Amino acid sequence: MSVGLATNLGVAPVMQDAGASPLVVRGMTVSYGQKPVVFSVDMEIKNGSMTAIIGPNGAGKSTLLKAALGIVKPLAGDALVFGQPLRNQRSRIAYVPQRASVDWDFPTRVIDVVLMGLYRELGLLGRVRKGHIQKAMACLDRVGMTDFADRQIGQLSGGQQQRVFLSRALAQEAELYLLDEPFAGVDAATEKAIISVLKGLRDEGKTVVAVHHDLSTVGEYFDRVFLINTNKIAEGPVKETFTSENLDRTYGGRLATGQLDQLNLAAG
Amino acid sequence: MLLEALSLQMGYNATLVTIGACFLGVAAGVTGTFLYLRKRALVSDAISHATLPGVGAAFILMVMLGGDGRNLPVLLFGSAVSAGLGLLCVNWLTRQTRLAEDAAIGSVLSVFFGFGIVLLTIIQTMSAGRAAGLEGFLLGSTAGMLWNDAIVIVLSGAVTLALVLLLRRPMGLVAFDPEFAASSGVNIERVDLAIMGLVMAVTVVGLKIVGLILIVAMLIIPPVTARFWTDRTDRVALIAGFCGGAAAWIGAAISATAPALPTGPIIVLVSFAMFAVSMFLAPDRGVLAAFLRHQSFQKRVHLRQGLLALAQEQPIYETYTMRLLHRAGLALPDGVPTEAGKARAAKALRDEKRWQLVRADQSLESAAALYDGLREIETVLTTDQISEIDAQIGGPRGLSE
Repeated sequence: MSVGLATNLGVAPVMQDAGASPLVVRGMTVSYGQKPVVFSVDMEIKNGSMTAIIGPNGAGKSTLLKAALGIVKPLAGDALVFGQPLRNQRSRIAYVPQRASVDWDFPTRVIDVVLMGLYRELGLLGRVRKGHIQKAMACLDRVGMTDFADRQIGQLSGGQQQRVFLSRALAQEAELYLLDEPFAGVDAATEKAIISVLKGLRDEGKTVVAVHHDLSTVGEYFDRVFLINTNKIAEGPVKETFTSENLDRTYGGRLATGQLDQLNLAAG
Repeated sequence: MLLEALSLQMGYNATLVTIGACFLGVAAGVTGTFLYLRKRALVSDAISHATLPGVGAAFILMVMLGGDGRNLPVLLFGSAVSAGLGLLCVNWLTRQTRLAEDAAIGSVLSVFFGFGIVLLTIIQTMSAGRAAGLEGFLLGSTAGMLWNDAIVIVLSGAVTLALVLLLRRPMGLVAFDPEFAASSGVNIERVDLAIMGLVMAVTVVGLKIVGLILIVAMLIIPPVTARFWTDRTDRVALIAGFCGGAAAWIGAAISATAPALPTGPIIVLVSFAMFAVSMFLAPDRGVLAAFLRHQSFQKRVHLRQGLLALAQEQPIYETYTMRLLHRAGLALPDGVPTEAGKARAAKALRDEKRWQLVRADQSLESAAALYDGLREIETVLTTDQISEIDAQIGGPRGLSE
């Protein structure tokens, strides 16, 4: 049925809470001032899928994620994580914010950032022990950043910073990974490293959702898409949903026809 | 005389002041670290100025109830209440109106302070008011400090410090990455409130010693000083606590040596001296280090560019480059390379080609990250790796010499 899962063949997805979708958003409306950025959006993320959230600038992609995570307070609507309210399920979620959202001159080292992923495990006063460091180093290893563990984070390139953020999310050992523009402003090597980690997660049966803006890689990287422009436009497998009509409706004709032709779109 | 003061041998009052100030300094430095990292340093200015009406109101109330009016814990409690109100006003203005935080701080600070001055003036006209000495809260007044006052300061300073240590992890997390913190279930508003509440506690505790106008300095200067010396949050807090405590101890001691030296301002000046030394002399982030680094970097860039130009037989236009090449014995004054210069130039060109390959190779990324156009390739790669790269470059050019 879902042809997009081709790379997942032969790997049985791990079932969690049989039947409960990792993330369900219902009637979500978020507004900054009087203007809704996300309006009455429903979303259902399938277990073990890799979903791209796609839409033009200012279409509410990041805001939808933040509202689902309770980072932004919605005007209406709510989110269920594995069938339950978010507050009981925090430890099953990992979040990678936009790289530009933090001050990289902050006095902290790469390893310290990754250890932040163990915040829930460490609690207020838990000491950072050898085991925690080893776990953090293993997460850095998965993104090829062990050599940088002791560097101040400001000394990293943009792509390396992004990989550190991803590594912090890995340390959270979650089941649902939400990423906000993980490929924005990174070098090709980093993009490759990140996507291979994300596909690895998917192959372990985890669920990945990423705000994505590069239409040309959607088919290669993801198996499902969620198209949004303040309102939800469409949601489904890439093959069926990532069509030129849907993109036209999402971008309001702002994509040139030439651009659309270059995307290996499903016949739609 | 100063030595006596530093070793607490200047008499009872001076000892009380020095110990109290030191506790305050440590608590302020450590608490201020999180305020500074959260980039809300100026909020503390609004909080401190907002303490004044509380002091005045508490005094008036106590006198009206037939009390002495100078009871320090009650005055401090009053100042905490009005500081809390000031903080709520700043938060409310920032969130509910289009006012930016700096404008909100400016308005709250001046209005609360103005109101406080009005109350102090009224108190001056009261029969019990003349001896109150409430203006001492503006710049601190340690002359009449009592044993009980010192106990209040030391205890509340210690409690504040303990709370900061307890909350350091969520506060650091929120300061660095609030969105991630929220996604991990940290209540940002509550953590922010905790930071501000602790700052308020330090401010109130510090009223007697440094006064409300200068307490900002004790909160902000130590962490900024500490930041010059380290790249780690816990160490910034640690060094800030040390700097704050040391500055307070030394400042209180200096002021004890002469009657005309006010404690609070002297502490701030000592603190500033530490900041100035750190700013100029800190090894990595200091101004001097940055200047020297820039100089040597520029020199190496010119030398390298000069060598590459020699290797490719291009003309060198910059006199600085020429002078460097000549001084290093690599070229004659007219720009003709010496034998040594020719050899170095050829190596520079070859290294440049090697670097290009290193930087294109994902498996050598950590080495490639060190590329700055100048670094000797031998310092980052083994000879095996280099010969492997030379094999890729191919041809006699890569292998010659």
